[in-house]
Amino acid sequence: MSDKTRTSECTRRQFFVRLGIVLSSAAGALVAIPIIGSILEPIFRKPPPKWRPVGVLGSFTEGETVLVKFIDSSPLPWAGVTAETAAWLRRSGQSDFIAFSVNCAHLGCPVRWIAGAKLFMCPCHGGVYYEDGSVAAGPPPRGLYQYPVRVNNGQVEILTSPIPVTTA
Amino acid sequence: MNFLRSAWAWFDDRTGLSAAVGPIAKHAVPPNTATWFYVFGSATLFAFILQVATGVTLAFIYVPAAGEAYQSLQYITNQTTFGRIVRGIHNWGASAMMLLVGVHMIQVYLTAAYKFPREMNWISGVVLLALTIVMGFTGQVIRWDQTAVWSAIVASEQAARVPFMGRWLADFIIGGETIGGATLSRMFAYHVFIIPALIFVFIGFHLYLVIRNGISEFPKAGDPVDPATYREKYEKLVKTKGIPFWPDAAWKDMIFAFIVITTVLVIAIVIGPPTLGPPPNPSNIDALPVPDWYFVFYFAFLALMPPALETYLMVLGPLLVGLLLFCLPFISNRGERSPLRRPWAVAMVALVILTISGLWAIGIVSPWSPRFHAEPITAEIIGADSGPIYRGGMDFNDKGCLYCHTIDGHGGLRGPDLTYIGDRLSSNELTWRIMNGGLNMPGFGGTLSNQELTDLVTFLKSRTKKPAQGLPAD
Repeated sequence: MSDKTRTSECTRRQFFVRLGIVLSSAAGALVAIPIIGSILEPIFRKPPPKWRPVGVLGSFTEGETVLVKFIDSSPLPWAGVTAETAAWLRRSGQSDFIAFSVNCAHLGCPVRWIAGAKLFMCPCHGGVYYEDGSVAAGPPPRGLYQYPVRVNNGQVEILTSPIPVTTA
Repeated sequence: MNFLRSAWAWFDDRTGLSAAVGPIAKHAVPPNTATWFYVFGSATLFAFILQVATGVTLAFIYVPAAGEAYQSLQYITNQTTFGRIVRGIHNWGASAMMLLVGVHMIQVYLTAAYKFPREMNWISGVVLLALTIVMGFTGQVIRWDQTAVWSAIVASEQAARVPFMGRWLADFIIGGETIGGATLSRMFAYHVFIIPALIFVFIGFHLYLVIRNGISEFPKAGDPVDPATYREKYEKLVKTKGIPFWPDAAWKDMIFAFIVITTVLVIAIVIGPPTLGPPPNPSNIDALPVPDWYFVFYFAFLALMPPALETYLMVLGPLLVGLLLFCLPFISNRGERSPLRRPWAVAMVALVILTISGLWAIGIVSPWSPRFHAEPITAEIIGADSGPIYRGGMDFNDKGCLYCHTIDGHGGLRGPDLTYIGDRLSSNELTWRIMNGGLNMPGFGGTLSNQELTDLVTFLKSRTKKPAQGLPAD
């Protein structure tokens, strides 16, 4: 049929083959943007942290360390119980509080406060922390992470934070 | 009967099915491949098909939403007629698949079937191994209970150790900065769409390569692979002595598949699916996320590696193992195939099996885990119901000693057994050790009162083999 339609360098058929490859690749690249964008979105969406009330000032005894539960900063409507999170909260003075992450700094397992021993202990790989959150034993490369905490109108509030991860 | 025959003839004429499939099914294979040693690849495939069938069945009922998945799993397990069995098959089928992938890999490695011209057979197999591992992990996470939630966190914390992009990877795995609505939906998408699709593609490729390169003949010592002549030799072998794969070789595959599938079914009925833990509430911290048995060796590895090296081991370790497996056929793709002439290969397999079983055995016991639910020691064990020894024994229970140390079978395994500690350490040594800690023991200098410390030391000093203090030693 068409070898006679050669113009300069490129036959008509070659031209359309190339055009086809370019156009279909372009279509692929275009739809890839929203697809990959959707899949990667959670990495880049940073919900602003929120102050969450965890109890009235009077309900915390000085020197005691208790588990407080609160809701993530902006949970999805279908998150159910997974929207909840927790922290170890200690009233260290009249209006001074200190809040530790429940996540072990080793690999994120939930640490428990052992009141008698005044230690945080991790069940997974045996990480142990002193009362002040510093490492007492086991594999954790650093002490427990802390959350910002404040007293606001008689309410103790914790600032929601991402799950703390230890990076290289 | 005649009608069926003519219907089939019509169908086959219009579709050309038997002409297309027949030669593949009946292709000649070396006679010595029809051995029970060669059934593990096909058995893995059958286990995968079993997983697809039961997985699709579970998807009829399972709700992949963070807030409802747990209830749907409870419903499947407790309120349907067959759901418990289907979940059981899916769970134990996964175990079977892991086991068979491992055995298949060992079998191929021992017979050096990865050598010329089957390098790509091996590499596609390594990709399938990686995909199977990801299926195992994502499957445990979408079993959306408390352990699942904490497993996802542990996985993201491991990924976080990757330099530069750690936080991104961690957020990518759990679908945001915290566990939540996105976590489960994403894990579900990996587990039922992305990874299975890749597995289908790579199984297709893997099987295509088996047909193209032929099933490797069972190796003979002193018959090395030479890329220059191997193909010609193989062609000649199957042409002169070959037997049709279907049915002469395939019947063993089918019988072994029957054994695998019925074993999984029986275990699924007798033992059933793994018990669902408490609900997936990240604020419930009473959790110990131990993975399913086939990952327990890695769990032990994470606990036992030296803290100074752990970031390297966690990130580079799996990468290095993957890379080594990937490169194996490029390290040696010629020469002897028989394990009789490859003692190092046999030693390697033995070493890997020993290492994994060793880690597995330690992981099952997990001596490094504090025993929060250990039975407190009793007045009977203490040997007193008042006085300093008794008070010291109670302190042993209350001050956390019990979680890591055992006395008369009560307590944890992290630290030394203290049943006879009074024979080994003096009062001064005991005091020093309790105050300052050491090795993997916290110092209790800041927590114990003088009274408590004295009582505890008195109690520990009374832990001796000798019947009573003051009597002369034997």
